[in-house]
Amino acid sequence: MSKEWPLWEVFIRSQHGLAHKHVGSLHAPDGEMAINNARDVYTRRNEGVGIWVVRASEIVSSSPGDKAALFDPSNSKVYRHPTFFPMPEEVKNL
Amino acid sequence: MIDDKFDYLLRLGDNALVLSQRLTEWVGKGPALEEDMALANTALDLIGQARLWLSYAGEVEGLGRTENPLAFLRDAHDFRNLLLVEQPNGGYADTLVRQYLFDSWHHLLLDELTRSSDARIAGIAVKAIKEVTYHLRRSADLVVRLGDGTDDSHRRMQTAIDELWMYTGEMFQPDAVDEVLEAQGVATDVAALRDPWLAQLRHTLAEATLTMPSPEAWMQKGGKQGRHGEHLGFLLAEMQFLQRAYPGVQW
Repeated sequence: MSKEWPLWEVFIRSQHGLAHKHVGSLHAPDGEMAINNARDVYTRRNEGVGIWVVRASEIVSSSPGDKAALFDPSNSKVYRHPTFFPMPEEVKNL
Repeated sequence: MIDDKFDYLLRLGDNALVLSQRLTEWVGKGPALEEDMALANTALDLIGQARLWLSYAGEVEGLGRTENPLAFLRDAHDFRNLLLVEQPNGGYADTLVRQYLFDSWHHLLLDELTRSSDARIAGIAVKAIKEVTYHLRRSADLVVRLGDGTDDSHRRMQTAIDELWMYTGEMFQPDAVDEVLEAQGVATDVAALRDPWLAQLRHTLAEATLTMPSPEAWMQKGGKQGRHGEHLGFLLAEMQFLQRAYPGVQW
């Protein structure tokens, strides 16, 4: 067993109906303690209704070098952007 | 009658206050950032509970003393906390075992107090038990992990339990104050908490591969009556320094 606790990424759902959002990371020996630690480190100010923790090593990330190939082509396709509809102000969290 | 309730509220408040001060000594020195914050959170919960108990104690006393003079201007012999909570932090194992022994009792006690005939006490207990449920979940979890951990962690945890065990007796030993308040339906029979507490401990310590010391062992007592060990004075000297040196000073 390694002496260092593995790194976990923490996602918190701030209220029902919203998606979990990445808030940071922490170290813990396993998932159960990662949840406890996430509660203590990231929910001290009434932030959430739910916590996910994921081993950082399990996250597959896109490479910064692929940015042009992945994202640039959509820049010229403005018709895909839903910016042509007026949004009522009362609609929050969209 | 009033005096008994005042005394009883001091016991509840002083347990929370003194343990909170002990845990605060870990801030910035915890073995990991996550543990450091968890202990600080527990300390803050306990400070909040101490404020509620001591504010009410001041009202019951009726001499105009608020939570602040009760916390910062009483001497050691006026403190009514259990001997267990004033024990020094020692190593991390000692701190965790102290916390687990206290949390497991605290949770049982608060659960009974939610049904107190005194609505104010019941209300504080309802609020506090949510916090203490988490304290217990965390300390019990760590006792199992470190008890059933490496040879070194197991040895440290067993030593801590053996050394702190003699301070657990007074948690279940009623005195005149307990009996008067129990008769009024305000407090609970602390002796009745002993069997469920021992059952819980047997379960957790077995899972932790730790040996439970004998429940019939010789026990220390006196904290609830104001007879404390030599450690409390030093703790109070640090906690009360500011109000003693600069009376009435505020942030």
